[in-house]
Amino acid sequence: MSELYEKLIFDLSSDGHAGISLPHLDVPEIEISDIIPPEFLRKSPPVMPSVSEPDVMRHFVALSRKNHHIDKGFYPLGSCTMKYNPKVNENLAGLREFVDAHPLFPENAVQGTLSLLYELKDLLCEIAGMDSVTLQPAAGAHGEFTALLMIRAYHKKNKRNPNKIILPDSAHGTNPASVVMAGYEVVQIKSNDRGLVDINRLSDHCDDDLAAFMLTNPNTLGLFESEIQKIAHLVHDAGGLLYMDGANLNALLGLARPGDMGFDVVHFNMHKTFSTPHGGGGPGAGALGVKSNLEPFLPVPVVSRKKDRRGDHLYFLDYKRPDTIGRVHSFYGNVANLIRAYCYIKNLGPEGLKEVSETAIVNASYLREKLKDMFELPYDGETMHEFVLSGSRYKARGIKTLDIAKRILDFGIHAPTVYFPLIVSEALMIEPTETESKASLDNFVEVMKTIIGEIESDPEKVKSAPHDTPVSRLDEAMAAREIDICYNE
Amino acid sequence: MSFISNSSNIRRRMLEEIGHEDFEDLIKSIPASLRLKRPLNLADPLSEIELVDAIQQVAGKNKKAVSNFTGGGAYDHFSPAAVDHILLRSEFYTAYTPYQAEVSQGTLQAIYEFQTFISRLTGLPATNASMYDGASALAEAVSLALTKTGRNEALISRSVNPFYMETVKTYLSGRKVKIKSLNIFDGSTDLEDLKAKLSEKTAAIVIQNPNFFGLLEKASELSAFAKEKGALFIIVYDPISLGVLLSPGECGADIAVAEGQCLGIPLNFGGPYLGLFSARQEFVRNIPGRLSGKTRDSKGRFGYVLTLQTREQHIRRERASSNICTNQALCALAATVYLSLLGNSGLEKIGRLCLSKAHYAASKISQLPGYKLKYNAPFFKEFVVETPVSPHRIITRLAGKGIMPGVDIGKYVTGLKGCLMIAVTEKRTRKQIDDLVFELSKFA
Repeated sequence: MSELYEKLIFDLSSDGHAGISLPHLDVPEIEISDIIPPEFLRKSPPVMPSVSEPDVMRHFVALSRKNHHIDKGFYPLGSCTMKYNPKVNENLAGLREFVDAHPLFPENAVQGTLSLLYELKDLLCEIAGMDSVTLQPAAGAHGEFTALLMIRAYHKKNKRNPNKIILPDSAHGTNPASVVMAGYEVVQIKSNDRGLVDINRLSDHCDDDLAAFMLTNPNTLGLFESEIQKIAHLVHDAGGLLYMDGANLNALLGLARPGDMGFDVVHFNMHKTFSTPHGGGGPGAGALGVKSNLEPFLPVPVVSRKKDRRGDHLYFLDYKRPDTIGRVHSFYGNVANLIRAYCYIKNLGPEGLKEVSETAIVNASYLREKLKDMFELPYDGETMHEFVLSGSRYKARGIKTLDIAKRILDFGIHAPTVYFPLIVSEALMIEPTETESKASLDNFVEVMKTIIGEIESDPEKVKSAPHDTPVSRLDEAMAAREIDICYNE
Repeated sequence: MSFISNSSNIRRRMLEEIGHEDFEDLIKSIPASLRLKRPLNLADPLSEIELVDAIQQVAGKNKKAVSNFTGGGAYDHFSPAAVDHILLRSEFYTAYTPYQAEVSQGTLQAIYEFQTFISRLTGLPATNASMYDGASALAEAVSLALTKTGRNEALISRSVNPFYMETVKTYLSGRKVKIKSLNIFDGSTDLEDLKAKLSEKTAAIVIQNPNFFGLLEKASELSAFAKEKGALFIIVYDPISLGVLLSPGECGADIAVAEGQCLGIPLNFGGPYLGLFSARQEFVRNIPGRLSGKTRDSKGRFGYVLTLQTREQHIRRERASSNICTNQALCALAATVYLSLLGNSGLEKIGRLCLSKAHYAASKISQLPGYKLKYNAPFFKEFVVETPVSPHRIITRLAGKGIMPGVDIGKYVTGLKGCLMIAVTEKRTRKQIDDLVFELSKFA
């Protein structure tokens, strides 16, 4: 009975078990009360479950079986770039010499890791057309925030104090949230009727008070901002900087580079473009590429190198950077994921990376053509690596996009991103990535046809979906109303 | 090598099927002047065999540590093999954030268990599904205190991890707030300085316990001062210590944050780690990041969903409690498996092992001529010693023999030049400690 092991771990507890074996004390035992006054000591130990190792394994294996994951099936979550995670990268990031390296070891003991990080910075500079890179941000949003603080430091250095950051209404939610954390004011501008930046509206806001314009390119509709050079001129002429949210970089590898488009700074999501696994929500890894104008403000430490007496490269962590914004992480970022990303790039090389983006674009364009007649396609510009459909036509029949998403789950496929971007009603945002085969895409098309058919023939089946998942539709309102985030036995 | 599932022939067929002759048709929206007209200037691809060989060579340039006494916020604690085996299940590591709860019950239940474990450890009921690391967790905690109290000053003890202090300052540099440091006296927060600086403007007092130097702080006493002025009390704690030491909740903390790396997560040169964030229940609608909450499905069965999402950036945008989106879920899973394996008394046993071994090492080292314990206060698993020669020299010499003797703490904390900070975990054997003592004696 697998249900036995699906209970909370706390309910699997039985007296006297433990899943860990610890060594006997081989030094004289310290009587705690001799060295620590009683007011510092825990009165009653925390209540922890007692479970044997076999039962712990069964519990977590039972839980794991309730997850959808990329090794099981299609995961067309728009903006999330759910691509296959090459297995060799797991092995290589797991090499003992990397894993056991303490962040405060002397530099001469960690030359391997430091040299890899240094070279990764160079690879990212070339891929994005930037001049310098920090690997410290732990995630995309962390990178955005770091960049905004650097933008603030840049303006301050130039004796300016602009106050506002402009972003389009199609922006990721992390953008405005990061802006506020950095102490800036958000100015959101409406996109034009093609789903692109409205140049006139942007121009209206390009004044002395402009600190930066944040843009995702291709944008969250999967459309390339063709007027990016004009945008860059407008922003730069007003004294502002241009930030690229790199969430959609998977569309551009080897085809075009943010640096050449006029962006001053771009963040990379290693867990999207460079295939490091998502881990059920993280860890990811961010990185930030900057032009030379922003280089002095990079967070410390910066992975650098110099020549030693024999002329060999010596890699080191550079803290002596007077204009730095400071530190944004306990240490140097999510290093194990940076190693995975490095391996991915080395593995593919220039042609392989280009093929990644080409295939991602072909797959998305193919799928769009196959699906567009089943839905509305509110913006019909050329699709890059993802596209956004609207399920609004089914609303009149009482079927929401959420219902369609839940019904998709019954077919062993993850739902697309739904209700984003906010400028499309009943949005379904679909990003197949390059690692899906034509057969997988065709299967998805068939599934969508089936569901559209059901909307006609058996709408209740869609409305009450999912049916074949470990649980049926969950009550989110109840969870928010009767908050239970911690188990009380 | 390629991880692409459609060959160029199939891609051509797909293009034809949708009415295009050429891939270039699909990217006409990229202006020609912006197209990269040359291949990326990167080395040729490596096959899997070549890649493995190349990366092994790079890894080989790291020195192998036979025994590791380095701490300062990351520690060489033991992690049972079962932890890794769970983490390497595709079902966990290749899944995304559990947006579609019905096909993510594994991740969501594990997070719920994680929240419960950490709340039981800390004595604070509202734990989120993780932050990036200890430093960013503290920055978010201070930010919450500033917002919640509407005040604009935070007092942070100089005995808090200096990297955390720097991160908090960076995080808040764009906001109109003041971060003031509290002086230390004999390694611990100076009560007199606290009294002088505490006022009605103080949003939060931040201490670390055991503090950065390994010493126990008078947390309960400090908490009383915070309460009196209506400031929030934030404790940075060491999860491994909580089988033995008073929990942050029992010390009167409103918010407790920590680096969770010690809970089964490898050193990995500083990341990915695990930021732990717990608060009193009244802050549940203000805390940053994901929360897994229990609910029921349409058939009345229990299940879990991401809850209170209206706090979060994807809904609330510029009014969100934080910008965090991607978190450290897999590291949180590692901590959950680790704590599941410990059993009822495991944490206390590990705490006692650390304590006894650290005190054994401290007593042996402080008997060596030229070495002296820097502070007199009680400590847990880490301590600072004055050394007869520069710590840099000691560390460089011993690293060559695979012994990593500790942190040259003067590099990071003013006033501690000539001091070595030594951490002793349950993994260090008596022989390893005796070897360290022997090696240190050569500098005496």
